Amino acid sequence: MHMHKFEKAWLIFGIGSLLVFLTVLGVSAFYLGNQPPSCLATIDPEKVDTTAPFNEPGLKKVEGKDWDYELVYVASAFSYSPAEVEIPYGAKVKIIATTKDVVHGFEVAGSNINMMLEPGYISEHVTTFDKTGEYLIVCNEYCGVGHHMMSSKIKVVE
Amino acid sequence: MFYPSAKLKVDRRDGKLAMAHFFVAFTALAIGGLAGLLQTLVRSGKFELPAGIGYYQILTVHGVVLGLVLTTFFIMGFQIAATSKTSGTLTNKQRLAGWIGFWLMTAGTVLAAIMILLNEATVLYTFYAPLQAHALYYIGLTLVIVGSWIDGAAIIMKYAEWRRKNPGQPSPLLTFMSLVNTMMWIVATIGVASTVLFQLLPWSLGLVETVNIAVSRTLFWYFGHPLVYFWLLPAYMAWYVVIPKVIGGKIFSDSLARLSFILFLLFSIPVGFHHQLMEPGIDPAWKFLQVILTFLVVIPSLMTAFSLFATFESFGRSKGARGLFGWVKKLPWGDARFTVPFIGMVAFIPAGAGGIVNASHQMNQVVHNTIWVTGHFHLTVATSVVLTFFGVSYWLIPHLTGRTLTKAMNKLGIIQAVIWVIGMTFMSGSMHAAGLLGAPRRSSYSEYGGAAQALEWIPYQVAQAIGGSILFLGIILMLYIFINLAFFAPKGEQEFPVGEPADDAEKAPMVFENWKLWLGITVVLILFAYTIPFIDLIQNAPPGAKGYKLW
Repeated sequence: MHMHKFEKAWLIFGIGSLLVFLTVLGVSAFYLGNQPPSCLATIDPEKVDTTAPFNEPGLKKVEGKDWDYELVYVASAFSYSPAEVEIPYGAKVKIIATTKDVVHGFEVAGSNINMMLEPGYISEHVTTFDKTGEYLIVCNEYCGVGHHMMSSKIKVVE
Repeated sequence: MFYPSAKLKVDRRDGKLAMAHFFVAFTALAIGGLAGLLQTLVRSGKFELPAGIGYYQILTVHGVVLGLVLTTFFIMGFQIAATSKTSGTLTNKQRLAGWIGFWLMTAGTVLAAIMILLNEATVLYTFYAPLQAHALYYIGLTLVIVGSWIDGAAIIMKYAEWRRKNPGQPSPLLTFMSLVNTMMWIVATIGVASTVLFQLLPWSLGLVETVNIAVSRTLFWYFGHPLVYFWLLPAYMAWYVVIPKVIGGKIFSDSLARLSFILFLLFSIPVGFHHQLMEPGIDPAWKFLQVILTFLVVIPSLMTAFSLFATFESFGRSKGARGLFGWVKKLPWGDARFTVPFIGMVAFIPAGAGGIVNASHQMNQVVHNTIWVTGHFHLTVATSVVLTFFGVSYWLIPHLTGRTLTKAMNKLGIIQAVIWVIGMTFMSGSMHAAGLLGAPRRSSYSEYGGAAQALEWIPYQVAQAIGGSILFLGIILMLYIFINLAFFAPKGEQEFPVGEPADDAEKAPMVFENWKLWLGITVVLILFAYTIPFIDLIQNAPPGAKGYKLW
């Protein structure tokens, strides 16, 4: 099988660029720790309300951890608990969320916080809120007739 | 290379089988296109659906009818015609398989459609368990899949027959390509068939109470990504083999075309995790492995881009073109059979770039489930693929019905593509932009309680409605051309263009026809990418999920 020399050059350049690109992704993921949310912890979806920490949704100060606060969300058709939360500016927060019924999304619009909530699983994301303002949380995975009404609010305050 | 039947017309009986597929496909285009128009109008906030019809109901119609029905029927019809043309008329047995497959798919489509219309299956075509549809919806979609297997069996049998009769010869290129796509489809649909038959169907019938959500989603996306390559490869068939003949040039390289199809077979399937990057329960290292495998399709894509433009340039230079880009002027821009698919190729450049963003391990977090993704696949499948299918229809429909593409229809075809580009620029462009601002996909109109961020998205939604309306005009025009070519165009002979390779003397290596090897590697790659994370999902499974009907 014969390959034109221009095609060889084109493919070497293309595959080379691809390797560079994948290396960047890999270094970011495994060296800098920028992995997508992939929490492996599970929960009984029927017992969310009585299982810690989901028995007390909301923001809680924690000591002795890599983050200052834990922010716990329980999603169910078609709302999040809590419906609104105030976070001090600059706080490092671990968001911990799950769903009581169907699959929901958890997206803080205008940020990189974006994860799927699936029944039986816990989803986590650690982030620092370093911009004040009001952020809208939307469900971005179809969950039923009220899907587009499902939202919550984060206020980052000084 | 020897193409024994390159001069023959597709047999009338095979033509009827292919046309049956196209009638369903274009009916789907009409219904799905109308649903799409209504969605963009609802999302603009200026229009409400009448008679209690739900937004998510028409969204389900749009996804099922265009994503599954239009594509599968068109592709099967096209591949049957292409195989019959290049490997000879189907035997009665092969044709019977084709008809059985066609009727099973049609019956399944009707069943699923009835359930959607009764509002018993507003779960979108991606299922979304534990939302639980009526069992007949799952049965309907199963029939579509099983029907497509039997339909595909006609192509596999014809290929086997050709190889038997021509020992030591590489199969005709279009047959080879149809076969690769059919096999890829069969391997991929095993995933969706498994989740439906072993999980969703027993659960919707009440035989089991709960279902493992993560397993179901993993099986679905094992199918969900190769599905997009199943749409794309027939477009590549037209680009590689048909377009060179339409412009009067040669296929750049027969062997490299085969190699790129084999690479698509290998790297299309073990990649579903890149749709599940934001999901819990899957170790990120396995996600990353599948991200790498996802990106390997860049290689055959680059090969394809090179071959196509090499064909165009060689042709232009053979007509005396000079300078770096002089060949561009020599291309037959007035010919819809060339120009319409060409626009599709160009659309694939931004479409592919967007796809690289989506599949990137980290960048996905910015766009996942935002309307950016919807904008993305309206460039890939709803522009590149669909415009190529339209371009194919302009010669294939009259070829099969014994009519010709008139000058007037040719011109309408080009106008249709221009309308499409304008509409899609508005719609897909504003979807990409709103997605970057965080606007979610698959969502009806909402002001989210007057949130400032949500208000920013609304002007983009108005732009989507403008684009959607222009696109709907394009659909009406396409249906008009289709009906003309099927029933009213003047009788005559319309060519089925099949290109010949430039490297005529060089026979394609027989290793490309070694299916034990290629299917073997395909299976090994799938097992490598999926076995351990899949066992993890089962062993560490949480209690199962009950069904919900929340619509």
